Amino acid sequence: MTVVVATTAGGFLLVLAIILPVTAILLIMALGGRWLARIVPVALFANLCVSAAVAWLVARTGEPLAYVVGNWQPPLGIALRADGISVAMMVMTAVIICAAAIFAWSEYSQRHDEPEARAPFVFWCLILAIWSALNALYLGADLFNLYVALELVTFAAVPMVCLKGGATTLKAALRYLLFAVLGSMLYLLGTVMIYGAYGSLDISMLAGRVRAEPVAWIAASLMTMGLLAKTALFPLHLWLPPAHAGAPAAGSAVLSALVVKGSFFLVVRLWFDAMPALRDPAAMQILAAMGAMAVLAGSVMALRQQQLKLLIAYSTVAQIGYLFFMFPLVSLAAPQAMWAGQAWTGGWLQLFAHAFAKAGMFMAAGLIADATGRHRIADLGGTAQRMPLTTLTFALAGLSLIGIPPSGGFSAKWMLLVAATQEGQWLWALVMVAGGLIAAGYIFMVIGKMLADPLAGSDFKPVARYREIVAFSLAVVAVLLGLLPLEPLEFLQIGRPALAIAELQ
Amino acid sequence: MNAITIYWICGSGLVGFGLYGLIVNPQPLAKILALNLLGSGVFLLFGVIARRGAGAGLGGDPVPQALVITGIVVAFSATAIAVALLLRLFEVSGEANLETDDTDPGVPPPDGKS
Repeated sequence: MTVVVATTAGGFLLVLAIILPVTAILLIMALGGRWLARIVPVALFANLCVSAAVAWLVARTGEPLAYVVGNWQPPLGIALRADGISVAMMVMTAVIICAAAIFAWSEYSQRHDEPEARAPFVFWCLILAIWSALNALYLGADLFNLYVALELVTFAAVPMVCLKGGATTLKAALRYLLFAVLGSMLYLLGTVMIYGAYGSLDISMLAGRVRAEPVAWIAASLMTMGLLAKTALFPLHLWLPPAHAGAPAAGSAVLSALVVKGSFFLVVRLWFDAMPALRDPAAMQILAAMGAMAVLAGSVMALRQQQLKLLIAYSTVAQIGYLFFMFPLVSLAAPQAMWAGQAWTGGWLQLFAHAFAKAGMFMAAGLIADATGRHRIADLGGTAQRMPLTTLTFALAGLSLIGIPPSGGFSAKWMLLVAATQEGQWLWALVMVAGGLIAAGYIFMVIGKMLADPLAGSDFKPVARYREIVAFSLAVVAVLLGLLPLEPLEFLQIGRPALAIAELQ
Repeated sequence: MNAITIYWICGSGLVGFGLYGLIVNPQPLAKILALNLLGSGVFLLFGVIARRGAGAGLGGDPVPQALVITGIVVAFSATAIAVALLLRLFEVSGEANLETDDTDPGVPPPDGKS
């Protein structure tokens, strides 16, 4: 049986989304770093437009976009496919990368008439590379191409960690790389087993061929373990806090908001699209149990941190855990199917709300560090008086992380909670509530310190207003996501017939 | 016991040794080497799969061989980045270990400055 994939109108945009940033990197390499200030804004803006155009086309037609590279049919050729979730991820990535770029513009500026500096050159190449690789990850329709995209994301993300160059950040980067490469080796091992058993790596072909048998189970476990190491799901999170805390603020925002979500996206692709036959309730409960441990352990560890950026990084460990409740809650078995759409939308909303909130929060922490030169939570006194907008940014982002209405985090957790209680999976509902309570603990602890009187001898250097506004806008987006109706979003179900049908019942 | 059996036993053994070395050995360089061992095992399994697909009368299934070349390039790049990071770490700190304890309040902040 062959699934014939045809290039749809506008499918070429998918290729552009991947090659535009790469072209910009090649131009920078060829012309030299002095051209950064001219090439980077054009490339970022152009790719933002491409993402917007793809989203507009998919939203208007309600059909996924596809492009068959070189007109070679899968499984031999390579297909790119943009369904509802990949388009939503693309748009989120575009917005956050552009925000991070504006935020970092003055920090990594390179004027055309100045001698070439190393840090701006590396930073902008890495940002563009991360964007291109993430887009390839969202659009890939073939397990091996997804492996390559996953590796490109890692290779662009690891140097971002040690951009500051100290011994601590180098260690963090090396640890991250070791975890990530182990993860990709396990993923590759699973891929080769799948190919050996089913003779294809194309996701839509595999969906019809994979049966629940030992080889598929072992391959899926290996691939999932590899991806979880990259997603930093507890207990494979050890690399994340030092890595995300050590990167420059804009880099931390991109790493925490986007890069860990890339491998999570692939876990979803694997279980929901490539191997739906394996979605055994017991297996899904194991994923949810790991997520629950991440929520509890990550929140408690965040509570114990002394440094602001480490606290935010541990909060990422906890918030990633919520995403995994999607797996048992999105079930197509008869009595639960009517809540599947609810859980599906809740899970994705949690991903988007966390991305915006966490990017805004890391930027706020970076601004405070720039202004005071201090990193400890105990030294935050006076921040609210001297940097009110940044304090508000932190608070709004925190609102979403805790799940206080109205915020994206609230809507997401509410939808997951409703699905969990309606489906009788009470344990996960309890964990969600407990995670929210502990999150309130660490967020209010930081805000309390920010509202305190300034410490003797603390000095606030002015920071650029526009950088504060960028961070604030991201936190506002995280809150505004909460104004979406508490209903399953149709857009996230484009290209996903099974779920849409279950929704109608 | 034919050639394919020997190959897949070797491949599985390499994967096992690599995993063991990666987990047990604290030295970063040893960990990098262990990852390479693990990678070689996986690549060998690609070869086994290619050969098994040859049952259809062809000399070998070319797809896994095409894939394994990409895999080798990726593993090579990963090793290069890891070794470069390790060398830089040795230049900066004069030591090459991964021991950190980020829960200790006494450690300097992440950027290494005061």
